[in-house]
Amino acid sequence: MNYVFEFSAVFDAWDDLMAGLLRTVWLSAAAMGIGLVVAILGALAKTNGPRPLRWAIDAYIELIRNTPFLIQLFVIFFGLPVIGLRLEADQASLLALVVNVSAYGIEIIRAGIESIQHGQIEAGRALGLRPLQIFRLIVLKPALQAIYPSLTSQFILLMLNSSVCSTIAANELTAAANDIQSRTFRSFEVYFVVTGLYLALSVLFWAVFAGIERAFLRQPASR
Amino acid sequence: MRSLGSGDILFILAALRWTLLLSLAAFAGGAVGGLLVALARSGRVEALRWAAFGYIKLFQGTPLLMQLFLAFFVPGIFGISVDPWGAAMLGLSLHASAFLGEIWRGAIETVPKGQWEASAALGLKYWRQMRLIVLPQALRVAIPPTVGFLVQLIKATSLASIIGFVEITRAAQVINNAVFQPFTIFGLVGLAYFVICWPLSAYSKRMEQRLAVARR
Repeated sequence: MNYVFEFSAVFDAWDDLMAGLLRTVWLSAAAMGIGLVVAILGALAKTNGPRPLRWAIDAYIELIRNTPFLIQLFVIFFGLPVIGLRLEADQASLLALVVNVSAYGIEIIRAGIESIQHGQIEAGRALGLRPLQIFRLIVLKPALQAIYPSLTSQFILLMLNSSVCSTIAANELTAAANDIQSRTFRSFEVYFVVTGLYLALSVLFWAVFAGIERAFLRQPASR
Repeated sequence: MRSLGSGDILFILAALRWTLLLSLAAFAGGAVGGLLVALARSGRVEALRWAAFGYIKLFQGTPLLMQLFLAFFVPGIFGISVDPWGAAMLGLSLHASAFLGEIWRGAIETVPKGQWEASAALGLKYWRQMRLIVLPQALRVAIPPTVGFLVQLIKATSLASIIGFVEITRAAQVINNAVFQPFTIFGLVGLAYFVICWPLSAYSKRMEQRLAVARR
């Protein structure tokens, strides 16, 4: 092994990497926020909506979950301009991530809605709880407890998946790495450091999400 | 610029065989690695348990694209040159080992403790307990999520196009650069993935429901 490591080329561009990292966090958080709203609407429509709407949502879920994200990104970025909708790389990335995460989110949230048994609500009424108390204590909190682990791991998956957006030169961490790589030709060093940065982000979010769960969503002692 | 001909479409669809071959190769590699990870993770040797835990978290906490880039560049450090096919197979196999390892660990742990104790009472040692008693029962539980992961893996092979391996996504990009009909071309490729993945997803979902009913 006579490879000479040259990490200084990467650390010279540390500011670019940090800017890329912040963009990745922003892009993921924005996509998750918008995706959650879409997913909640989708889940409500799927549980209560008219039949044709339910079919349309099912078709959307199956279509998105059974095709690669990269293809979805290409259709949105390269395909939509053909029908007159031209998006910047960043906008196309955000849209593709929202479209992708919504399909998974709808199923997660629907499972949360369906995890609430009707007898629980009736029991709440029998105990004399007011409607708002019933919603907060008997519907919302247990539903959140049920879907919280899936939702948070979906966020981490989304963040890791956003690295694929570098293929259309969106402004994020992997694209910043590609830039540095093409300037310095220190391929291994750049991608090694950036992989470490992604791992640090994942570990950070795992810790934050676990902390939030402990603080706000603790299960009652007896169930 | 020329227009999209039937030869182009055939070229793209023919590249589907590389997508399938890469999926199968990575799944086979991932099955071997995954079994080792699952055994280490559920076993009794503390050091191995931690090593397997670290391996799983490492691959679940970093983007697959970075794993593929490193699979492409790391062998070069040791003076071994890999082509895109080798790098894609290596990267996806290591990736699949981590995810299948975690899935199969979960399946092994669903087997009740009494089964271990009963087989120990019959005088079976660890490997025969595993092979004759635990794994056959874990297999039933493991099939739906394993098929579900296979769908993820087939979709994941599209990222091999980024390190230059010519499977269906890369073939589509090549043709699109010549004829520029992105909506048709990438739509067609999406459809090809869907035709392969959807039946697998549906099978996995049905098996899971059947298992849930059986357990009730």
